Amino acid sequence: MIKIKKDLCDFCGTCVSVCPDDAIELSEARLIINDKKCTDCLRCVKVCPFEVLEAGS
Amino acid sequence: MKENYDVIVVGGGPVGSTAARLAAEGGVKVLMLEKDREIGVPVRCGEAVGEKGISKIVKLKEEWIANHIKGLRLVAPDGTKIKIHHEDVGFILDRKRFDYDLAMNAANSGVEVVTKAYVCGLLMENGTVTGVKVQQLGRQYDIRSKIVIGADGVESRVGRWAGLKTNLKLKDVETCAQMTATNINIDQNYCDFYFSSDIAPGGYLWVFPKNQNTANIGLGLSGDKAQNKSPLAYLNDFMKSNFPDASVLTTVAGGVPVAPYNENIVCNGLMLVGDAAHQSNPISGGGIVLGMLAAQIAGRISAEAVKENKVSEQRLSKYVKEWEKVGGSNHRRAYRLKESVAKLTDNDLNKTAAAIQKKPADKHTVVNIFKAALIKQPKLIPDVFKIFLG
Repeated sequence: MIKIKKDLCDFCGTCVSVCPDDAIELSEARLIINDKKCTDCLRCVKVCPFEVLEAGS
Repeated sequence: MKENYDVIVVGGGPVGSTAARLAAEGGVKVLMLEKDREIGVPVRCGEAVGEKGISKIVKLKEEWIANHIKGLRLVAPDGTKIKIHHEDVGFILDRKRFDYDLAMNAANSGVEVVTKAYVCGLLMENGTVTGVKVQQLGRQYDIRSKIVIGADGVESRVGRWAGLKTNLKLKDVETCAQMTATNINIDQNYCDFYFSSDIAPGGYLWVFPKNQNTANIGLGLSGDKAQNKSPLAYLNDFMKSNFPDASVLTTVAGGVPVAPYNENIVCNGLMLVGDAAHQSNPISGGGIVLGMLAAQIAGRISAEAVKENKVSEQRLSKYVKEWEKVGGSNHRRAYRLKESVAKLTDNDLNKTAAAIQKKPADKHTVVNIFKAALIKQPKLIPDVFKIFLG
């Protein structure tokens, strides 16, 4: 489970670019992580420029 | 929006607009979909382009240019500043105007442009892409086409939906933060690049002046080096120590592909262009000129293919072949250089700067700098020559 700090997100898509599971949906001002597809590889957490994403429990 | 088009372009950046315009000029019916509310906004880009490259593609309008650049300066980790003797001077664009006008040119050539149009899936029939699913102003539509062109940026999903693996390895993406700051003391004639593992590990920090006291100041970190400290945190530190009195007009995040040459960019009914196809320069991260060059080819070929009623992967791979001739070898060389430069330590960079400083000013060229930096890897020197001297 990835936690999204929605207020910090700039919707830049860097997380989407590294997601191997196509689990992240990004539109103009909405970021959603599909927990069914996500395999918790944490690549999105590592590259986020603004520290929006963190590994949840 | 209608139910049917010949070509649908996903993404309304300069690459999407160029592909769409070329397709329309080829005589087919084109729709261009942009997810954001306005073409050209937000600007996720340092906005610097070389004059030689951009002039090949478009006749530049003065109102697209924020500032004319006379030179480049590199700053080593120990603070040594080297002024580059460089022939290809360039511009800092006003990307808002640039992107907007390119979309307008596309529209004036017959492209239907729709904003706030979010593509959330592809229509597929018998292994061929036959259109897109798009959400626009609270409604969802299925829109059919003969060819879809994915110009949907670094975050591209269009290719993945059709089975092309376009997701990037961590080391092949630069994760970036940028501020446009004013009330800063800079020399507007120079673009500055800072290299240091303290400032931007696995990347560089740029100061690209937009006028005498305003600049785009940003940095990119290699995606595998951003885990403990984010690009924004690095940028905040740099601003605090270098421009403490700055007023910040914009703050943006972004990702840039610095990836191996990608040849898997077409399938039945689908072509990828620009950042979506990883067509940015792996050394500099620059992608406007390369993406627009590829878009010219993709747009033209999409129209030809539609008119022949042949949209198979085989027919569309004519685009891949033409692009290979334009950008293939240089991309491969630049990626090899990137991989080697990534291994250089701050100490290596300081030594390089010291060696260059000893040479006369007219020898302070990009080629000589790479030669000095890669002194232990002479096999790469021919790559340097071919990339920078053609």
